[in-house]
Amino acid sequence: MHEIIQYISSYLTSDKTPGAAGNMFWALVYIMLVFGGLSVAVIAMNWLERKILAHMQVRLGPMRVGPHGLLQPIADAIKLLLKEDIMPAEADGFVFWMAPLLVVLSAFTVFVVVPFGPTHAVTDMNIGILFMLGVSSLSVLGIVMAGWASNSHYPLIGALRSSAQMVSYEVAMGLAVVSAILMTSLNAEGTGTLSMIGIVQAQFAQQEWFVFKFFPLGLIAFFIFAVAMVAETNRAPFDLAEAESELTAGFHTEYSGFRWSLFFLAEYSAMIAVSSIAVTLWLGGWLRPFPNWLSGTTWDQIFNLFPGATFLFFAAICFFNTARMPKHPLFRVQTIGLAVFGIVLALIGLVLFYPPVSLRVQDIFWFAAKVAAFMYLYIWYRGTFPRYRFDQLMQIGWKVLLPMGLGVLILTASVALIQPMIWHP
Amino acid sequence: MVIGGIMVITRKNPVHSALALIATLLAQASVYLMLYAPFVAGVQVILYAGGIMVLFLFVIMLVSIDRSMKERTFNSQRVVGVIAATALGGLFIAVYVNGKNIFPEGVPAIVEGDNTQNVASLLYGQYMFSFEIASLLLLVAIIGAVVMAKKRI
Repeated sequence: MHEIIQYISSYLTSDKTPGAAGNMFWALVYIMLVFGGLSVAVIAMNWLERKILAHMQVRLGPMRVGPHGLLQPIADAIKLLLKEDIMPAEADGFVFWMAPLLVVLSAFTVFVVVPFGPTHAVTDMNIGILFMLGVSSLSVLGIVMAGWASNSHYPLIGALRSSAQMVSYEVAMGLAVVSAILMTSLNAEGTGTLSMIGIVQAQFAQQEWFVFKFFPLGLIAFFIFAVAMVAETNRAPFDLAEAESELTAGFHTEYSGFRWSLFFLAEYSAMIAVSSIAVTLWLGGWLRPFPNWLSGTTWDQIFNLFPGATFLFFAAICFFNTARMPKHPLFRVQTIGLAVFGIVLALIGLVLFYPPVSLRVQDIFWFAAKVAAFMYLYIWYRGTFPRYRFDQLMQIGWKVLLPMGLGVLILTASVALIQPMIWHP
Repeated sequence: MVIGGIMVITRKNPVHSALALIATLLAQASVYLMLYAPFVAGVQVILYAGGIMVLFLFVIMLVSIDRSMKERTFNSQRVVGVIAATALGGLFIAVYVNGKNIFPEGVPAIVEGDNTQNVASLLYGQYMFSFEIASLLLLVAIIGAVVMAKKRI
């Protein structure tokens, strides 16, 4: 018993990821935390997307279930679980059954290497970024399987479109990633790294986010990735695979109930996964703004206040809206509910002000904040851009992004080679 | 991996065969991982499972399946088959029995951490010439494919 406790507590003082420290218990805890956090994030994303889209179109969005529709995603989840699970009679049973599992598996497995902080990752692999790209490229197999196994026209067309799109944008994406990885090798030893944690540490060591490195080369590479990642996740304006007006719902037309919700879960966690690749490679991962310029204890303490302050801000919004609730007796339950939600947020915020907690949570907060910005962008794109035509999509992928990616790669390599000769002769 | 391989040749439905082939390739990637070659494993997953097999499936799905379902999967060429199987089996047994003499004993411990860097320095250092020739060959193949596929350039 004592040994078990010691085994568990031995990790607490370590400064490595659980995987690197070889601690099974904490690795499992982290996997649970990542899985739970991801599910909560997907639920929150669902609510936020409907709310923000509605507000962009001057609507209210969900308002009935819970105060301001806050319980809507939970109601949706219950509805999906209780729905009948339909399988088309002509469908290929095993493949139909496997497809959603494969998609979800590949969407969640990538989070093994996502670095939420220098110690907050399940493990740190030597091939981290390669692993992420590889495993997330497996999800296209699931989509193709789903489209084919449904044995119906719309899913098949949707799956073909989706796979063609994902395979062609993967190329541009890979080139953009390679030019960022090249930048990690600009140190004394001259060796780069593919490990996700190593990439962020390289940005810290070079005192620059890779977006601003070799301006504008880093920015262009980031732009290519930002376009390609929207196409990779089949989101608007590249959501031809599930273009409602032409293909009903694309590859998951024939799916219902729980299986459909698996596709939904996979789509949103894939969005979070590619956003975290972008954050790690170009936006400094878990690093807080200006870690070198505004260094020192005072600044550290000021930045430590941010996580708590954010939650207090959300709580304040809740309280403000509680005060604005209609004073009719019918709205009493909703008003109380919103107030309780605000109190919970405020309590979380207060806990985050406690120094040991805030020190530990700090990295996760900055990482999550950057990813959240990307998530907002996704919703924004969907609210504002019209959908591309398929030939336009292919043209952008192969004739614009790919040559641009190649050019940036060559320029980055040559600048990286020439720069040390000029500045340090 | 072996089960996947057997499935590839025995399934009548070509899509099932392709899926079994994907399973085989993924199993091969895990074999690479066990041999402390994470880089090769990652490339295997990206290129074969993620890229090439998707194109395979793409083509197979557009082909009519009904006709191929009726075709015979196996040609019975008993004599040649038996000879080939015996030869291969004999080779395996010979290697298994004489293994200690053929392969050097005690493979040096490989550090997992530097695998990618080692692959890179070997590719661009010692084997630079053959690497470039291989990439030139691929380039020729790509251009050839484009020339053949396109009627008017």
